[in-house]
Amino acid sequence: MASITSDEVRQTALLARLALTDDEVARLTLELSHLLGYIEQLTALDTAGVEPMTHAVPMDCPLRLDTPAPSLAADDALAAAPRRADDYFEVPKIIEAGS
Amino acid sequence: MTELSHLPAWRLAELVAAREVSARELATLHLARIARADAALGAFLLVDEAGALGRADRIDAALARGEQPGPLAGVPLALKDIFVTRGIATTVASRILAGWIPPYDGTAVARLYAAGANLLGKLNMDEFAMGSSNENSSVKPCRNPWDLTRVPGGSSGGSAAAVAAGLCAGSLGTDTGGSIRQPAAFCGLVGMKPTYGRVSRYGVVAFASSLDQVGPMTRNVRDAALLLQAIAGHDPHDATSIDAPVPDYRAACERGARGLGGLKIGLPAEYFVDGGGINPEVERAVRAGIARLEDAGATVVPVSLPHTKYAVACYYLVATAEASSNLARYDGVRFGHRAEGTGSLLELYCKSRGEGFGPEVKRRIMLGTFALRSGHYDAYYRKAQQVRALIKRDFDEAFTQVDLIATPATPTAAFRLGEKAADPLAMYLADIFTISCNLAGLPGVSVPCGFTEAGLPIGLQLIAPPLCEEQLFTAAAAHELATDFHTRRPPELA
Repeated sequence: MASITSDEVRQTALLARLALTDDEVARLTLELSHLLGYIEQLTALDTAGVEPMTHAVPMDCPLRLDTPAPSLAADDALAAAPRRADDYFEVPKIIEAGS
Repeated sequence: MTELSHLPAWRLAELVAAREVSARELATLHLARIARADAALGAFLLVDEAGALGRADRIDAALARGEQPGPLAGVPLALKDIFVTRGIATTVASRILAGWIPPYDGTAVARLYAAGANLLGKLNMDEFAMGSSNENSSVKPCRNPWDLTRVPGGSSGGSAAAVAAGLCAGSLGTDTGGSIRQPAAFCGLVGMKPTYGRVSRYGVVAFASSLDQVGPMTRNVRDAALLLQAIAGHDPHDATSIDAPVPDYRAACERGARGLGGLKIGLPAEYFVDGGGINPEVERAVRAGIARLEDAGATVVPVSLPHTKYAVACYYLVATAEASSNLARYDGVRFGHRAEGTGSLLELYCKSRGEGFGPEVKRRIMLGTFALRSGHYDAYYRKAQQVRALIKRDFDEAFTQVDLIATPATPTAAFRLGEKAADPLAMYLADIFTISCNLAGLPGVSVPCGFTEAGLPIGLQLIAPPLCEEQLFTAAAAHELATDFHTRRPPELA
């Protein structure tokens, strides 16, 4: 654990699908380094053999019967879509011709 | 008689059920108060005037037909803008959801309606519930009605400000690291985070799914019990909701009058240490509150929660990792903000999110993504989950010796707007006393236990084992009986 470079900030932003300005990259490089420095205190703690806690209360994966029930109508589901084509959400072309 | 705007919610429900006051009268009165006061306060993001009057008339008409009044008949509530409301914009105070009109009601909202409650509007908050001062709202800041130069706390800041100022009779907030209890403490309210899973989160915009929980924010203990009673219980739409019977919380409050004989309360030394940043005025008021519990018959003993000092670091890894995953759904495709003029799907995602999220949300998505990156996972996320297990173990150990744990809700009273805004870590440390509860999944409540010399409210926090909300209500009610803090009011706004 340690600080973070501006290149790592840019790589992480791409993984997070976040477009950042150069100013944002510079500020986040400082802020995240500061926060990671604080978080580093966890390394001092011996956690060998401690089972990681993944849930706030112990629970088994709940199952339900697979019975059909009414769900949102297509028009309701699409009502807030920024771009719609018929009963589909519209996005920029993903696959180029010939690829 | 106290004015209607400051009567307890339970009393308003009685008056409406007895048809001494109409739901419409209550709606009109509160809408007028909002119109008068909210420009100075900034608590409301949306006032649904026409909707509230229509709902009030339907409630009154049902009573006129002789239908059974619900336990919240006509009670004018407003909700943190994180609760999904059918036909009423829900934005989490974020540009990325600006103007989104949901096609369904969440479970808590549907249950409030079913209990006869009215909804006046949606309340300000830190964007995506990320913050401790309400300053991260992308719309506008919210102010503390006890002192307009100070923050109401966060992230449920609008809820706290509106209830304290008498603009609504009660509210629901959400609490991921203290977002109900900290603003309740700052504004002199009762705020309860129930056990993880006690209340359904179906139709609540997700922040950190292993921590988020819904709870009431009210001006007195019995109102908190009334609201929790209406919303608690299993919901097949939320796989994490607990399938356990919901006890009678009002009866639990009434037991407070019989005293707290036999109740053992633990005082964790780690919450009262010098380095914890607890302000002396706050410490005095909290200790006075604990003395009231002793006067009511409780025994107070020291306990130890040795991993407390790691809670903030642990929380900011767990919460941000989960947030980075939860917030992946905001991609400009199905709902919410979409950037213009993008040539590829990747560019559409990156630009829509870059434009739509505010600085704190970006910071947390970045920290969470970093912690989950391949090569970092074991050192950060897995390590945090192990520390979380140790924090939970501390509480398990303490609860073999005591029934409840008492701590300050916050290290200081409400701070000034701008005071911590430039330093993310200072802001994160404002939640130091509330975060452990979420990590351990435990129920906790903040109750008013005094005021600073400057007249700012102070909160006492009580923590219980899982599903022991009844004990919290009993102790909180016993404490309230010995004080008049819940009857004090902030100055009226023009």
